[in-house]
Amino acid sequence: MSSLERPASTVRRLLPYFHRHRRPLALGFGCILATTAIQLLSPWVLKFAVDDLTSGVTRAKLLYYAAALFGIAMVGGAFRFLMRRVVIGVSRHMEYDLRNDLLRHLQRLPPAFYQERRIGDLMSRATNDLNAVRMMAGPSVMYATQTTLVFVVAIILMVSIDPWLTLVALVPLPFVSVSVKVFGSAIHRRFERIQEQLSELSAVAQENLSGVRVVRAYGQEQAELGKFRVANQEYIARNRSLIRLQGGFYPSLTLLLGVGALLVLWQGSREVVAGRITVGELVAFNAYLLMLSWPMIAFGWVTNMLQRGTASWKRMLELLDVPPAIADPAVPVPLDPLTIAGRLEFRHLTFAFGGRPVLRDIDLIVEPGQTVAIVGATGSGKTTLLSVLPRLIDPPAGTVYIDGVDVRDLPLATLRAAVAMAPQEPFLFSDTVEANIAFAPEIAALPAAARRQAVEQAAGLARLDKDLGDFTNGYDTLVGERGITLSGGQKQRTSLARALVTEPRVLILDDALSAVDTYTEDEILHRLREVRRGRTCLIVSHRVSTVRDADFIVVLDDGRIAERGTHAALVKQGGLYAELHRRQLLEDELSAIGD
Amino acid sequence: MQDDDVIGKAYDSRLMRRLLGYLRPYWRSALVALAAIITHSVLQLAPPYLIKLVIDTYIPAGDLRGLVNVAWVYLAVLAGSFALEFVQTWLMQLTGQRIMYDLRMQLYAHLQRLDLRFYDRNPVGRLMTRVTSDVDVLNDLFTAGVVAVFGDIFTLAGIMIVMLGMDWRLALASFVVLPLIAVVTQWFRSNVRESYRTVRAWIARINTFLQENLTGMATVQLFRREGRNAARFDEINAAHRDANIDSIFYYAVFYPAIELVGALAASIIIWVGGLNVLDGTLTLGVLVAFLQYSARFYRPISDMSEKFNVLQSAMASSERIFTLLDTPVAVASPSSPVALDRPLQGHIVFDHVWFAYQNEDWVLRDVSFEVQPGQRLGLVGATGSGKTTIISLLLRFYDIERGRILVDGIDIRELDLATLRGLFGLVLQDVHLFSGTLGGNIRLGHEGLDDLAVRRAAEAVAASGFIEDLPGGYDAPVAERGATLSTGQKQLLSFARALAFNRRVLVLDEATSSIDTETETTIRQALEVLMQGRTTIAVAHRLSTIQDMDRILVLHKGVVRESGSHQSLLAERGIYYRLYQLQFQRSA
Repeated sequence: MSSLERPASTVRRLLPYFHRHRRPLALGFGCILATTAIQLLSPWVLKFAVDDLTSGVTRAKLLYYAAALFGIAMVGGAFRFLMRRVVIGVSRHMEYDLRNDLLRHLQRLPPAFYQERRIGDLMSRATNDLNAVRMMAGPSVMYATQTTLVFVVAIILMVSIDPWLTLVALVPLPFVSVSVKVFGSAIHRRFERIQEQLSELSAVAQENLSGVRVVRAYGQEQAELGKFRVANQEYIARNRSLIRLQGGFYPSLTLLLGVGALLVLWQGSREVVAGRITVGELVAFNAYLLMLSWPMIAFGWVTNMLQRGTASWKRMLELLDVPPAIADPAVPVPLDPLTIAGRLEFRHLTFAFGGRPVLRDIDLIVEPGQTVAIVGATGSGKTTLLSVLPRLIDPPAGTVYIDGVDVRDLPLATLRAAVAMAPQEPFLFSDTVEANIAFAPEIAALPAAARRQAVEQAAGLARLDKDLGDFTNGYDTLVGERGITLSGGQKQRTSLARALVTEPRVLILDDALSAVDTYTEDEILHRLREVRRGRTCLIVSHRVSTVRDADFIVVLDDGRIAERGTHAALVKQGGLYAELHRRQLLEDELSAIGD
Repeated sequence: MQDDDVIGKAYDSRLMRRLLGYLRPYWRSALVALAAIITHSVLQLAPPYLIKLVIDTYIPAGDLRGLVNVAWVYLAVLAGSFALEFVQTWLMQLTGQRIMYDLRMQLYAHLQRLDLRFYDRNPVGRLMTRVTSDVDVLNDLFTAGVVAVFGDIFTLAGIMIVMLGMDWRLALASFVVLPLIAVVTQWFRSNVRESYRTVRAWIARINTFLQENLTGMATVQLFRREGRNAARFDEINAAHRDANIDSIFYYAVFYPAIELVGALAASIIIWVGGLNVLDGTLTLGVLVAFLQYSARFYRPISDMSEKFNVLQSAMASSERIFTLLDTPVAVASPSSPVALDRPLQGHIVFDHVWFAYQNEDWVLRDVSFEVQPGQRLGLVGATGSGKTTIISLLLRFYDIERGRILVDGIDIRELDLATLRGLFGLVLQDVHLFSGTLGGNIRLGHEGLDDLAVRRAAEAVAASGFIEDLPGGYDAPVAERGATLSTGQKQLLSFARALAFNRRVLVLDEATSSIDTETETTIRQALEVLMQGRTTIAVAHRLSTIQDMDRILVLHKGVVRESGSHQSLLAERGIYYRLYQLQFQRSA
């Protein structure tokens, strides 16, 4: 169901946000009411002034009229000031609420969601679309209310002057609403298409800008420019179709309003000639009509904002309605992450991505304190096997257990406090080295001195301490976009320290040292020996040197456990692992011969 | 280049002149639009005057025929206004779109030429803002801002002239309020500017926060940072909200103030004009027309102040856009590149090369080596020893500080950039994939590569296996950054890409570090074939990748410490020997 067919239901979802600010909103509406009422007084003053002028008047009375006009404007202005402050202020509060809610929701969506979506597109919804929604909630609500009020009251006052003349003046009105409706929905559709294309354009640019080395090395500048040109042309084309509509929309409103004024002037002056109304009444009538023209123009503008707002709100709802696929269980099993022993069990775990089996019937038990290494070819399912533990990927129910509890029955916070993972491709934030390591909330919340101590200790284990010379401000050095650029190995070691500092019960290293040089890796492994004591560890690596000390090694082949056992047993067994080992050994021997 | 928080002057004639330059190709449309605007503002003057005629002439005379004539004139004015407004809106918006298109293309083309140093300094998010929102802001300038201001100015001038013409004394009396308007407007401008600056700064921080945390969401979740992040975001978000609420104050004061000044003018007209009417020196019609004119007087003024915001943001955006456009391309083709009588062979010489990313922070010190065509060079060394930098310098991503880099005896700074880079097939550790298909990621924009060539390349590096397993095969879509593929698969794709491009010099940057031993064996076989007759430069952590290289350079802290074949380096018993021991001895 698109919001085009059911705009009401889309907008209804915004009501809770209005509800939160109902008090200021009520005050704001009061101000709108007062502003409007006062504003409508001045033509009435004019009517008396003009009529008195035609029939002769005292100078004192004239001064009184002038003062009345100014006084009315003073009081009206005060209310307008309040109205704007309150109503627009509420819209800023709503924007704030919405943005917070959006972030909270996004934080609950699983990594798979972010792999399917383009960040540029998400950003565009959190910024551009949010702003359009804000405009709808604030300025457009304010103007819409004010407009409607002016409209209704002005017409009542006009009727009180001359019903027939009012009728004549309102002849163009049906045309106005028809044209607003027709143009409005078309504008809405086209605007949606424009926003879509803007996302596309952003995505093309984002990809290019973040892959600048590849683009340069392969001389793709022209081809990339071509891609961008296509997206850009389409963007302009879609804008053009909107322009044609808008170009016709506003002038047609002005025209219809002008016709109203013309009819009033023509019919009204005939009535003055006939003596049915006074010149003063005609002038007041004209002033009201002028007041009406603003609402009608504002009406078009407001419609436009409402259209954009609903289109954008719909796009935001698309995000807000994505269910958090990986969430806390309804009835969580309470476990203290600190007392978890770290017994891991995979029971007949079979897992498929888009119909393609990645893991097949994995049966594996890791006793507390054991270190298990996982090896296997690219795409054999190693990373998937690790990712189901902290539920970055959700395993089927009843397949993965920690201390005998299905990981899906644990609160996510407990599970992820017990299990820490250092991924192969680490992500660092543009913050200090320390903040990147002290990333887990309980570490980040430590007092500065204790935090620094924890960070230094973890950095030492990850052998990041020896890079400290490269960091101009030590652990306070900024990394990333506004700071220094770390090498791949430094990033991996920072990420490792980030996992180590939490002192997890279960430590997972997903080929986390692949970019670290051998010498440093050796140092790290040596230091980790202490850490591994009393902790369950899962280590994926391609290097035999890294995995040989494990309590046992699991060899994955095409999603299946092909072999398991200690280094010595597997080498003896003569299977895949022995082959891997043999190759590395052979290389070793070959060069030894040449020595 | 500076941050998003930079706010320039509200009006800068230098920037404006440059902006108007973009209007030049469309000057005809702009001229027609301008003419339409001016005519439109003149027509706007008619209705109050017609009302004056009606009140002063036709009503007292009871001249119904005259009224009909006035009605016809009125109708003609309306029809004319309609046509003119349409023409103006349509033309101006169209021109705005065309200019946006041009600017975006220009920006993008410039971004394609800028060097890596620039990209190191400028986060992608910031560049994205230039290409998208900053350009959009400029569009407002053309569609709603500058041009409408012209219209407003003409309307104002026209009204003043007509008022002076009808009764100069009353006109001057009602102009008494003009200085008040100047004061109010000035107050508004200076305050709004400051608060606008603050708001922009907070928006930039919101965007940075979102960009980073959405990209790193898996890490955020893995380390249970959601609560803390939400709190931090809340702070930024609240600061943004409060900055906005502060700025509302100025608007909330400004608009009513302008209205009040308008009411003052109306009061003056009623009082002074009314007295004149009583004295018989002014007709009622003129008084009414004056009231109407003065009502029309204040709308353009508050409009213009609104336009002032547009102008201000446009100035800020254009300043940022032009700063980007003016960023010199530090690494570019020479104006007259060396003419080659035959394709580059790939004879590479580093001749006492010194390089630093920043100041005197040397990453390479006095590095010299030579690679003959067809030779294979391995680069090893600890993290941060400068291996990857050598590759970046060879492809001229950066220019060196001292020394020379020669290809076939020619300084690479004297070669055409495209020719130079066309010599190399680069494989990076972090594989960058583009949206599109798997096949498209091998072919990139090289239309000359047919499907067969793409397939052959994929088969040669054993990538065809997983590609064909995917639904759609070579036409299978690649999600953003290849998120659905494993690191190894991405690596295989990038190998196929390098192979398909069939370049003379193969450059591997730790390319095999994330491939498991089994796949690596397959790839090494493919690389063997590929390296035939090609110069190869490979950076690797794993010595197994490079031990059969013709020569191996051992870098340590930016200095070449050892050089030679695998065997000779082992015999030297130096750094290489130690690296080697560590890597292989334990598994023996």
